[in-house]
Amino acid sequence: MKIKLDLEKCQGHGRCYSLAPELFDSDDLGNAVVLVTGELDADQIVQATLAANNCPEYAIEVVA
Amino acid sequence: MTMEKLPVADFATDFDHTDPQWVADPYPIMEDLRERCPIAHSNRYGGMWVPVLHEDVSAIANDTEHFTSRTVVVGSGRPGEDAPPAPIGVAPPISSDPPFHAIARRLMLPAFAPKKINALESFSRELCRRLIAEMADREVIDAAVDYAQHIPVGLIAKMLGLPQEDGDLFRSFVHIILEGVDLPQEQRIEAFQPVEAYFIRVLEEHQANPNDDLTSFLLEAEIMGNKLEDAHIFGSMILLVVAGIDTTWSAIGSSIWHLAKNPEDLARLVEDPSLIASAIEEFLRAYAPVTMARLVKEDFEFKGCPMKQDDWILLGFPAANRDPKFFDRADEVIIDREQNRHAAFGLGIHRCLGSNLARLEMQTALEEFIAAFPKFEIADDDGVTFSQGQVRGPRTLPIRILERS
Ligand code: HEM
Ligand code: SF4
Repeated sequence: MKIKLDLEKCQGHGRCYSLAPELFDSDDLGNAVVLVTGELDADQIVQATLAANNCPEYAIEVVA
Repeated sequence: MTMEKLPVADFATDFDHTDPQWVADPYPIMEDLRERCPIAHSNRYGGMWVPVLHEDVSAIANDTEHFTSRTVVVGSGRPGEDAPPAPIGVAPPISSDPPFHAIARRLMLPAFAPKKINALESFSRELCRRLIAEMADREVIDAAVDYAQHIPVGLIAKMLGLPQEDGDLFRSFVHIILEGVDLPQEQRIEAFQPVEAYFIRVLEEHQANPNDDLTSFLLEAEIMGNKLEDAHIFGSMILLVVAGIDTTWSAIGSSIWHLAKNPEDLARLVEDPSLIASAIEEFLRAYAPVTMARLVKEDFEFKGCPMKQDDWILLGFPAANRDPKFFDRADEVIIDREQNRHAAFGLGIHRCLGSNLARLEMQTALEEFIAAFPKFEIADDDGVTFSQGQVRGPRTLPIRILERS
C-alpha cells in the first residue's frame, strides 16, 4: 500500500502531519508533504489510514 | 438601535440565528431541520437560506462560482450597493473570491504555517500560566472572562507586534466592527474612526521602525511587484483581530464548559494528557464556534431551492459537524474519536488561516488549566451565558475549583 495525496484538494488543515508525523510534513504554506512515498509497512498503513480518515478535504488515500 | 424582533415560530420557514431559542441550544433545532427541511429559509435579513446537512454545507463552501464571500457576516438587510465588491472585498482573503483570493491568502499563509506558529508555544504557555496564577486563590473563577478571552488577544498582539496591554481595546474593536456591519455607510465610517486611527498609528510606527513581526511583513510584502495598498494591509490586520479573538475565545470556553459538565472526560484528560489533542478536535467538532455567510451571486436553483441574487446563505459548519449521515454518534462527544473530518475551520479555499494558531492556543490553554485545576464544576448554571450571532461560545462561565495541584 502507498499514500496518494491530492494537492488540488489539500487546503492545509494539518490533520495528517499532526496525526502521522512520520509520514507527513508541512510545506512553508502549511500544505501536506508526503515523507514516505514507497510501500508502507503494517504500522505505517495504520498511521496513513488514520491521517486519511481525518482529512476534512478527502485529499489522502491509501491505495494498492 | 436594535429593533425588537418577533420570536421564531418555525425555524424551517422563519429562521433566525439570533433568536433566543437558537442561542440557548441550537442543536435540537438543527436535528429537527435535518429531518424535515434540510435547507431552511427566512425572509429576515432580506432573505436567507440555511443548509444543515454536511453535504450541502460542503457543496456550497466549495462552489465559488455560484456563491460569493463578498460579505461573510449577515447584516440587517441585503448588502446592496455599499458592500465592497468581489473579488477583493473589505478584508482579504476572507471577503475575496477567486482569483484574487489565492493571491491574498498565499501572502499570509507562511506566517501561519505550523513551523512559524509552533515557535509561539512557550509564549502561549507562559500567558496561560500567568492568567492561572492571577486566579490562584479564588474558589470561583470565570473561565470565559478571566481566562479564555485573554489568550487569543495576547497571541494576536504578539504576532502583529502590538502592545499586550491593548487587549481591551482590541476586544472593543471586534464589537465596533461586527456591530458596524449593520450600520448605514456614513455611520459605519464614523464608528470605525477609533479603529482606523489606532491601526494607522501602528502602521506609521512600524514604517519608522520595521522589525520581524507580521505588521512589518505586510508593509514589506508585494503582490506582483507592487507593495500592498494601505486599505489591504489595514483590512488584513483588522481581519486577524476580528477572526482570531472571539472564535478562539469561544473554542477554549466551550472546551472548559464541556469538561466542567462531564467529570469523566475531565478525569481521563488529567490521567492521560496525550488525549488532549484528539479531545480538542472533538470539541471543535461538537461545539464548532463559527458560522460563515455567503451571498448568492445570481439567481439559480440549488437542490430545488429558488435562490435569488444577494440572498444570504448561512453556512453552518456547526450543523455540518453534527450531521448523523456524516458522523457516527454525531450528538455524542467522544474525546478519542478516531475518524473526525470536522469542518470547524471551514471547507475548501477559505480554510481557516489561523487554524494552527487556534489549535496551539487551545492545546496550551487546556493543558495548563487542567494541570492547575484537575477538578472543577459549573458554579452556577444560570450564570453561564452564550454569545449571540455567528460566533458561538460561552461569554460568562462561572467555574468552581474543586481541586488544585
Ligand atoms: C477555534 C478558533 C477558530 C475557528 C473555529 C475559526 C473558524 C474559521 C472558519 C470556519 C473560517 C472559514 C471562513 C469561510 O469559509 O468563509 C475561517 C477563516 C479564517 N480564519 Fe479562522 N477560526 C478560528 C481562529 C482563527 C485565528 C486564531 C485566526 C488568526 C489570527 C483566524 C483567521 C482566519 C482568517 C484570516 C480566515 C480567512 C481565510 C481565507 O478566507 O482564506 N481564525 N476561520
Ligand atoms: S489533513 Fe488533508 S487538507 Fe489537511 S494538510 Fe493533510 S492532506 Fe491537506
